[in-house]
Amino acid sequence: MTLGKEEAEVVLRLDRISKRFGALKANNAVSLTLRRGEVVALLGENGAGKTTLMNILFGHYVADEGVVEVFGQPLPPGNPRAALSAGVGMVHQHFTLAGNLTVLDNIRLGTEGLWSPSVSGARAKVEQLSRDFGLAVHPDAKVGRLSVGERQRVEILKALYRNARILILDEPTAVLTPQEAEALFATLRKATALGLSVIFISHKLHEVMAIADRCVVLRHGRVVGEVDTHATDRGALAALMVGGELSLPRAEARAPGAVLMKLDRVSTPDRGAAPGLKAVTLDLRAGQITGLAGVSGNGQAALAEILGGLSVPSSGQIVLGDHPVAGWSPGEALARGVARIPEDRHHQGSIADFDLTENAVLEGYRTRFSHRGWMNWRAAREFAEGIIKGYDVRCPGPETRIRLLSGGNMQKLILGRAMAPGPRVILANQPVRGLDVGAIAYVQSQLIAARDRGATVLLISEDLDEIMGLSDVIHVMSQGRLSPAFARGTMTAAELGLWMAGQRFGEADAA
Amino acid sequence: MNEIIDILISASFWAAVIRIASPLILATMGELICERAGVLNLGIEGIMVIGAFTGWMAVYQGMPLWGGVAVAMGAGMLFGLLHSTLTVPFGLSQHVVGLGVTLFATASASFAYRLMLPEVTSPPKIEPFQPLDIPLLSDLPWLGEAIFSQTALTWAAFAVAGIVAFTLYRTPLGLAVRAVGENPAAVEAQGLSVTGLRMGAVIMGSGLMAVGGAFLTLSAFSSFFFEMVNGRGWICIALVVFGAWKPGKAVLGAILFAAFDALQIRLQQTELGAVLPYQLFLALPFILSILALILMSRRAEVPASLMVPYNKGER
Repeated sequence: MTLGKEEAEVVLRLDRISKRFGALKANNAVSLTLRRGEVVALLGENGAGKTTLMNILFGHYVADEGVVEVFGQPLPPGNPRAALSAGVGMVHQHFTLAGNLTVLDNIRLGTEGLWSPSVSGARAKVEQLSRDFGLAVHPDAKVGRLSVGERQRVEILKALYRNARILILDEPTAVLTPQEAEALFATLRKATALGLSVIFISHKLHEVMAIADRCVVLRHGRVVGEVDTHATDRGALAALMVGGELSLPRAEARAPGAVLMKLDRVSTPDRGAAPGLKAVTLDLRAGQITGLAGVSGNGQAALAEILGGLSVPSSGQIVLGDHPVAGWSPGEALARGVARIPEDRHHQGSIADFDLTENAVLEGYRTRFSHRGWMNWRAAREFAEGIIKGYDVRCPGPETRIRLLSGGNMQKLILGRAMAPGPRVILANQPVRGLDVGAIAYVQSQLIAARDRGATVLLISEDLDEIMGLSDVIHVMSQGRLSPAFARGTMTAAELGLWMAGQRFGEADAA
Repeated sequence: MNEIIDILISASFWAAVIRIASPLILATMGELICERAGVLNLGIEGIMVIGAFTGWMAVYQGMPLWGGVAVAMGAGMLFGLLHSTLTVPFGLSQHVVGLGVTLFATASASFAYRLMLPEVTSPPKIEPFQPLDIPLLSDLPWLGEAIFSQTALTWAAFAVAGIVAFTLYRTPLGLAVRAVGENPAAVEAQGLSVTGLRMGAVIMGSGLMAVGGAFLTLSAFSSFFFEMVNGRGWICIALVVFGAWKPGKAVLGAILFAAFDALQIRLQQTELGAVLPYQLFLALPFILSILALILMSRRAEVPASLMVPYNKGER
């Protein structure tokens, strides 16, 4: 594969691209070349400038400086249409599909003149492409009813239908099971064999090692390294990415304690496309981190709502300590020592235009920080200052509006707020999503510390590496059903993937 | 009971149903186009008033009837341009802008009326569209009177519904309009203009609303009154929901509402009418519409980006 690559035609050249957002230099003189039949991985942490660079290439943003050349021709800036017709196809991280249209209609959209009649033969071409590239999807299915993996296939078909010669995939595996990711890689290999070129954006090192020929590493908007993947290893790439040795906390095994919280055959109704819980039984033990793996949208939200008191089971019961709970509500959950780190820190976890003090007391303003209906702002402010100091929240002060904080600092404040009352049960829903490595390490070490104090932690995450690194026991959720508990170290990622895809559930039922 | 059946089998009842449904169909198609593109147009009520006024005034000033229709359409499109400029590129609240446009349009009509006819006490009449005589069909027994003796503007209303349905589902333009109301980012990523599509849809839709208003002065009645639109615009917004954003179902909804309306007028003249207060009959179509709306709209697929302004580059 690598032989003769040097002579292969250059299909894309980014030359000294710079882009500034206010004071932030998102891209700083970034150069990159892509050759025919090659997969180049664009690697970097969140905020390193990967997505900005690709949005410039695709014409969503206009670069302040620099040139984009496709097949030797400079691309006019800020014009997605020009990028499309030059043969650049982009599969966005957030899919750009219309759910009310069929697969075929989504693919045809924008390919025909608005005022001309529909072109015949579109269906045949789509069917041909899905056979050639192994992208099985029914052309007449409504996109709104497809799974995430299928939607991604539609996005790729859309690009291929427009005769894209260069495919850009932005974090394509973030939403896939390991098996679906494998199928995607097979498609990409077929594409490169047919002479297409691929830019693969990711921060998952093992995937990059598996699929890419070459790796361009970005950090703080600059290219900090460019290496052939066969001449490097994961450790070296990780060091390049974060600019130093990478060390994430790993929890050591411990003997489990008593059951602090128990769900006993809890079910909830389905909500539209989101499955409810199907007779879920779950023990949360003191001194244990319970990892919950699964592709998002498989009932994790319903489970988090039940545990946090936002909804009540339609059948089954919740047991806290020794007694079943009655009158379950968020207030009751907080009073009984359940702390939450919500999935969406911007919408559920905080109020953007409130300052840090107000956000810090959101969960306790009626109990701990008020007296006879009057707010005790002095205590509230001291509490916020305590969190800011204790959890290393970098901010100008407690009167800063939380909207102005970075994701990592916002999450630290929420973490401090959750940990302050000394909770017995900690519900951490995707606690490190979108954070940089430093903040990830901090949040994870705090969860481990809470476990070591004797609390129980439920860690919901889509990232198998995170789940496998931290959890004492692992469950997998698929279509609202919960797998049996797997002890630390007994499962491989591939095996968990089969549970995530729902396959093993069927086998367990049959047995 | 017998009286209701008598009413339902009379040809004049069905002729009235179709006549009452026509302006609703025109304006509902206008609203449906806007909403399919993701813009709720609450300016509809005022735009219908403007259509009714300008169409009638143009004819009164000596233009031919079709000229009046064209003038009404143009006036509606102007207000559509105002609405879409504020809601699409500026991304302002569609509720506030829509109500503002309704108030502005209604007030403009009354201002222009006073300005142009300062000394008139009762509004002057024009010669409206007459029922078309279709050879053979109009002479059929019952059917001829019930269906085939309508004005050209009624035929136009049904033709518009067909054209809208065909365009939405059979042409690339319609595909793009449906997509822009669902996920504008998808349209943007395909190199089409979200702003252009949405503004175009609102302007075109507003033009149709105004023609719906003009139907009242140019075909149904022969004169202009300030209160003549009388909530029909709001009914059309409900009809779009009732029709689940689909042209065919929306036309059926318009006919159903028109039937309730025609029925209540006739019921007022029966013995029932002597017993019950007439306000109850007037309310009947609205009450039945609300019930039908509750039943029909449960499983409707709302355009996902309806009322969501699109700002390029934002997530």
